Amino acid sequence: MSFRLDQLPKKRYVVPGNAACAGCGMMIGWKILGMALGEEAVLTIPASCASVVQGLSPKSGIAMPILNVPFASAAAVATGIAEAFKTLGVKGHAVVWAGDGGTADIGFATLSGAAERNSNILYIMYDNEAYMNTGIQRSSSTPRAAWTTTTPMGKRERKKDVALLMAMHGAPYVATASIAYPQDFYRKLKRAAEVEGFKFIHLHTPCPPGWRFDPAKTVEVARLAVETGAWILWEYDNGKFKLNPPSTIYADKNKRKPLKEYLKLQGRFAHLTDNDIKNLEEEIDAKWQTILALAKTFS
Amino acid sequence: MIPLSKPAPASAGITGTWRTYKPVVSLDKCIDCGLCWLYCPESVIDWEKGHKVTIDYTYCKGCGICADVCPVKAINMIPEEA
Repeated sequence: MSFRLDQLPKKRYVVPGNAACAGCGMMIGWKILGMALGEEAVLTIPASCASVVQGLSPKSGIAMPILNVPFASAAAVATGIAEAFKTLGVKGHAVVWAGDGGTADIGFATLSGAAERNSNILYIMYDNEAYMNTGIQRSSSTPRAAWTTTTPMGKRERKKDVALLMAMHGAPYVATASIAYPQDFYRKLKRAAEVEGFKFIHLHTPCPPGWRFDPAKTVEVARLAVETGAWILWEYDNGKFKLNPPSTIYADKNKRKPLKEYLKLQGRFAHLTDNDIKNLEEEIDAKWQTILALAKTFS
Repeated sequence: MIPLSKPAPASAGITGTWRTYKPVVSLDKCIDCGLCWLYCPESVIDWEKGHKVTIDYTYCKGCGICADVCPVKAINMIPEEA
């Protein structure tokens, strides 16, 4: 699909003067969501940074219809919206916009249920890799070794790969995306909107206060995650698993930038020794082996 | 009754007051690519192909992403005066 920036909608789905922190990665993703699905999306949002941005009554920082729901219920509520659309004959997309805590931890039961039922919803997990809204507590999506307020010595456990878990549910469409590559995310949203059934997109969204970096570097950090291989762009579309550019070239380990370039920008990794970094690199390589094996098996 | 919020600017106030650095565009260097418009997390950059960009300083939080992504370094971050 050809992609020209000047052909994207100019409407502001993110309304200026909202409560998001300066340099928030999630807001970049939200803009792209608005551009791709626009008036046809109805969002369901559990407790998260997102609910702060859209819920400062009486004003909302987002120009989209949104339902605010309790933490664990997002996927179930969206399923209800999708069923209502079907019954009433309304053309629309039931979309969940939830953080990693509301997805990988607290909302996982309803998420897994919706995937198993193949509910006609699009679930987008914006992953800032901790509970940022409440003060940077670790989630199951926080990467190993990262500092958070509840892992002061660095997290000991590995990051839960929610996108792979969703693909293993046999969902018709699952993809990963990054806010550094809006064109790729836009295309995936458009593709997901065409697919009937359960869709899941895992969006990597760096968080300046939580990851401890300069707000100007949000896009740079997100891009380095992909260029070092720490974040892999792929999609699983009706049984076919494939890598997406630019991650395709990083399948070759030698083409990846050293992981240190990604880690050194972030204060949450400041305590790491060279040996720690080597261990992380090995873990990333093991993840690549899994992804490449899947791409080969389901080509 | 369910409480409703309506989309409107300044849901968190005049966020331009958060700024410590101000992005200033050198229009003579600008190549009209639109990347700053695409990546601005606050949607305060206006862009029409052929007319380059303008920034709404009432709400710009001064994060500096526009200056960071600009491929020709046409945006400078200037300290705000106290």
